[in-house]
Amino acid sequence: MTEPNDKSRRGFLGVAAVGAAGLGVAAIAPGFHLIEVSQAGAPGAGVSNKVRWGMLIDTTKCASDCNACVKACNTENGITETVKDPRQGSQWIRKLDLKDPKSGLTHSLPMLCQHCEHPPCVDVCPTGASMKRADGIVLVDRHTCIGCRYCMLACPYKARSFVHIPLTEQNPEVPRGQGCVESCTFCVQRVDKGQIPACVEACANAEHNAMLFGDLNDPNSEIAQRVAQVKTTQVRADLKLNVGVRYQGI
Amino acid sequence: MVRLLALMAFLIMGAVASLAAHAAGVPKPMVKVEGSGQCVAATEEMRLNHMNMLGHQRDRTLRQGIRGEKASLIGCVNCHASKTTGSVLGKDGFCESCHSFAAVKVDCWQCHQPKAGHKTAGANGAAGAKQ
Ligand code: SF4
Ligand code: SF4
Repeated sequence: MTEPNDKSRRGFLGVAAVGAAGLGVAAIAPGFHLIEVSQAGAPGAGVSNKVRWGMLIDTTKCASDCNACVKACNTENGITETVKDPRQGSQWIRKLDLKDPKSGLTHSLPMLCQHCEHPPCVDVCPTGASMKRADGIVLVDRHTCIGCRYCMLACPYKARSFVHIPLTEQNPEVPRGQGCVESCTFCVQRVDKGQIPACVEACANAEHNAMLFGDLNDPNSEIAQRVAQVKTTQVRADLKLNVGVRYQGI
Repeated sequence: MVRLLALMAFLIMGAVASLAAHAAGVPKPMVKVEGSGQCVAATEEMRLNHMNMLGHQRDRTLRQGIRGEKASLIGCVNCHASKTTGSVLGKDGFCESCHSFAAVKVDCWQCHQPKAGHKTAGANGAAGAKQ
């Protein structure tokens, strides 16, 4: 659905050559382009592939003893259930402590769905439930998910969880329930209202400011300017998934 | 023979009587509309088509990110949740009473919140534990 613009997006991010960007734009039929422009921002219009939501996580600012982002995520998304086996608990975002065994250098960072441009979870899903919105947010359509958990195996980032027990305490805006796979949605219910994800807000409130959310496609956005200036890392960049979550300092 | 006729007459009378009683008090679903104001469409249309309206809307919202359409499950709950239980479920609940009358299983509430304005409590930490 979002393929026509993907090349120009990559060029913009500096991952591909500038020439590819020009080609990508030229390939779009003029009529198609016009329709997109007229739809952008109109009330009741859907999301557009002009936007690519992304996140930049500065691990040098992330504190090892803090998990404000995890708590905020659980509250926002109604992840309040207690499971018998803690390995079965849903983790849309989790804190990881990394240590270089040679130098002893440590890092702490939040790991979440990386909202891949080429998501393996979507590739393997037999029902079409795993899907990517035009603006790059990867979601599970629970109406279609059969709980087969192929996507959990396919995800290189261990970003997905399966709900094992019946739930009753859902946030009305975040439906979730037994028998489906779920993962970080970038707080799509907030983003569609013009707000930032709960984790990013919580990180700022805890005065760490290690997380930045924004439109990677908008040259004026803070995140686009930062990824253009500082060296950022895509975790497992070798897989060429062009993830939407970038890390700084690892 | 006479006895058999009498028995048949008795049975027929019984059937007629129970039919009459039935017509007077056909069990009806308890459709209590507690919210004030207008529904998004006429009652007849809602009765026939609510499932289609919600089904198409959910796909547009989830997959295309189209928000603020007139059909919305949260909208249904906010208007139709019982003032006593706060929910559209339960014996007299707006959704459940009709659906159990019609014997149509409704799966929405395995994932969607049936209570109006429900606020999720803070995370309990089990799922949020640092790993
Ligand atoms: S990080 Fe995993 S769940 Fe998220 S889009 Fe990529 S493959 Fe899918
Ligand atoms: S668990 Fe659901 S989303 Fe994941 S691959 Fe199976 S059907 Fe698709």
